[in-house]
Amino acid sequence: MRLVLRGHEPRWVAPVAFVVAVLVTVALSAIPIRLAGANPPAAFERYLVTPLSSTLGIYEVMLTATPLLFTGIAVAIAFRAGYWNIGAEGQFLIGAVATTALALNFPGLPAVVALPLGFVAGALGGLAWAWLPAWLKRRGEIDEVVTTLLLNPVALLVVQGLLNGPWRNSQTGFTDSDRFGSGYDLPSLVPGTRVHWGFGVAMVVIAITWFVFGKTAVGMQVRAAGQAPEAARFSGIPVDRLRFRSALVSGAIAGLGGASQVMGVQHQLTQGISNNYGYTGVIVATLGGLTALGVVLVAVLLADIAVGAENVSLVLQVPTQLGAIFGALLLLTVLSAMSLRQYRISWSGRRRRRTPAAAEESS
Amino acid sequence: MTSTRPLLELNGITKRFGDLVANDSVSVSVASGEVVAMLGENGAGKSTLMKIVYGLVRPDAGTISMDGRVLDIGSPRDAMDAGIGMVTQEFSLVETMTVTENVALSSVGLGRVDVRAARQRVMDAMDRVGVHIEPERMVSTLSIGERQRVEIVKALFHECRVLILDEPTAVLTPQDVRALFTTIGRLRGTGLGVLFVSHKLREVAEISERVVVLRRGRLVGERVTAEATTKELADLMMGTAAAPDQDTAAAVGLPVREKPAVGGSEPGGTAEQVPVLRMTDVTLEREGRPLLDRVSLDVMPGEIVGLAGISGNGQTELMNVLAGTDIPTDGRIEVDGTDVTHLDIAGRLEAGLGRLTEDRRGSVLPQQSVEHNLVIEDLRSFTRRGMLDKAAIRTHAEGLIERFDIRAAPTDAVATLSGGNMQKVLLARALARRPRVLVAAQPTRGLDIGAYQYVHTQLQELRGSGAGVLLISEDLDELRSLCDRILVLFRGAVTGGLAVKDATSERLGAMMTGESVAV
Repeated sequence: MRLVLRGHEPRWVAPVAFVVAVLVTVALSAIPIRLAGANPPAAFERYLVTPLSSTLGIYEVMLTATPLLFTGIAVAIAFRAGYWNIGAEGQFLIGAVATTALALNFPGLPAVVALPLGFVAGALGGLAWAWLPAWLKRRGEIDEVVTTLLLNPVALLVVQGLLNGPWRNSQTGFTDSDRFGSGYDLPSLVPGTRVHWGFGVAMVVIAITWFVFGKTAVGMQVRAAGQAPEAARFSGIPVDRLRFRSALVSGAIAGLGGASQVMGVQHQLTQGISNNYGYTGVIVATLGGLTALGVVLVAVLLADIAVGAENVSLVLQVPTQLGAIFGALLLLTVLSAMSLRQYRISWSGRRRRRTPAAAEESS
Repeated sequence: MTSTRPLLELNGITKRFGDLVANDSVSVSVASGEVVAMLGENGAGKSTLMKIVYGLVRPDAGTISMDGRVLDIGSPRDAMDAGIGMVTQEFSLVETMTVTENVALSSVGLGRVDVRAARQRVMDAMDRVGVHIEPERMVSTLSIGERQRVEIVKALFHECRVLILDEPTAVLTPQDVRALFTTIGRLRGTGLGVLFVSHKLREVAEISERVVVLRRGRLVGERVTAEATTKELADLMMGTAAAPDQDTAAAVGLPVREKPAVGGSEPGGTAEQVPVLRMTDVTLEREGRPLLDRVSLDVMPGEIVGLAGISGNGQTELMNVLAGTDIPTDGRIEVDGTDVTHLDIAGRLEAGLGRLTEDRRGSVLPQQSVEHNLVIEDLRSFTRRGMLDKAAIRTHAEGLIERFDIRAAPTDAVATLSGGNMQKVLLARALARRPRVLVAAQPTRGLDIGAYQYVHTQLQELRGSGAGVLLISEDLDELRSLCDRILVLFRGAVTGGLAVKDATSERLGAMMTGESVAV
């Protein structure tokens, strides 16, 4: 038995591969759930179904999905252009830092000014953090996977340095910033819930992305630059410039995510502000097939599992980390399935004797 | 010293790719201590045959045998085990390892490597063939010629008995070629059989005892080198000898050289005409080396100008400079009277330039649809109020699919198309903008007969409509059947030009090999 490259992929292959990947994920994650002493079917129901079966649960999922929508679409835009931005985590953090800097220096601004400025600051922060690797890539062909990735812990150190130094909480002395002025509180999207306007902003960003990629010449050029850079260059598309700009836009959107999180949820800068949203964004973008709709679906799915994981840990007494295991397994299996689907299994032996003379010889 | 019994025998090897017959019942043999040259132009089927021998491609029919025993070669490993060694143009050396390590690498199993023993064996192998390279040197510090010799040593390390050298001189300096020939002489002395694949006549004449000539996948001749003339071999290789050419052309169903008198084109007839393409002293230097050396040429309206030359003499660079993917170091390029030397690609297309490159796959977006590929160079014309006009794109594509007989739907991904249909998409894209001049490099390479003729018809129609064509090709048949004038590119310079009626194979051949620069 061996794997043979398919010449032509039949239509049924992609959906079947996806379903198989999900089933494998469920089977694999049943093992740690079982080991933790819970009943896998009951746990899966709580992971996936329970959060979406109450309005309160749905709002929680929307809230949890919000940062993933920002980082997911940010990563998707860069990947589309063929720029492998693994630095959404750092860009998210510096976006949050920039918004915090504004909020701490101008605490009294009214909401009409504070909120737009807060988002602008976040976007600029993310953009600035994305600029260096993008510039290095354009000028010196320096691998952006390495540079964007390595800037993530640097961004975290910046946050920690600020919180241990100038921004240490003036009341409690803890390593959190002071609470922002009330002008910086993002209002609720649905009154009476924790779902804030960050969700709305994320959906607007995603809608714009969908429009640009699906409907405009620039979108088509960016796709061309990502898929076939040589051919795109030949067609007169400024590949390097488009990649550079996509990298900056990607950073800016990740930074918006940071702004949304500090103004919508924490109302102050904390060390744990990002909670790996930038890395999860890579999962969201990749599983979502780098499409706007895919990003929304996967962000909601992962948020659903995350909310469910809280519930599972309370009710079934298993660690919340099992939710993250589920998400990571899903990424691995889906990516494996997507690359394995290019092959078919051949059961015949490697040495097929096809030439007539060779057949004579062997008989 | 040539023994009569052949060592390696290829018998009736046939390989088809769709409609294209890459090898048509080819039989070749190599004896111990014999150097056999396989001569043929690019695309004649040499590399497919080599891949078959080396287990990279499975033949549809035919056998490969060694010492009269039929082999079943399914992988390069099988070929090596059978005593067949191959050195290709692309080396497979690890740059960060030493010579010894590279040579030993291919033969070590799992477990510890006895470095000292390996080193001794490598040195013995080098001594045998008279190669002198310090075994501890890092491959990254070696010249191209030295690397090639390491590859040869590597092949010999496997006790190979027949060594295949695929275009071994393509990448070498003249001094390295000399060294290589010395090595080949030594190898022959040790009883090794050598198959020397090349399209360079002079080298073949110098190194081989026997020559086999491939053309369009078929074995068209076999000669004892000492008894063959260069002209005879050139004729066989290019199919330019009057009689055999008619035969070959008829056999493959081609229109036999009838030059259509379309457009009544008398190039240069009217003094007032502006050339559709004018290159003046165009020079391209890289790292101080001139790749293009003061190239000057004119293409007049209603004229097809051919550019002949053996590949590697500046064709690719000339195409890049014209296409706008490379900026010339010096000189001036005008399209229909507009100076485009410093214009970007969009500006050049605007000025009336059409492009069809040799690298078909490098000019399409494989994952995108036919309709997107057709408009990607001209998105501005298909944008309305900031949005792509999908209806217009579809209509455009349907019109071109009809006009150029592309066998595909507008939404099909280009990657799923055959080579011929892909070329039609590119031709449609270039011609849809009504270029004043089309620059086409090897536009028919690898195409089946139908698509081959189709492309020729399109080029003739373009000339008929009053546009000009610069046709860069290695296929002298193609050039002589289509062109009004043929220029020759040799070592990056245009070394001469001939009206097609004067363009005999001797004169072209001499100019292409730099034996004479007289016009």
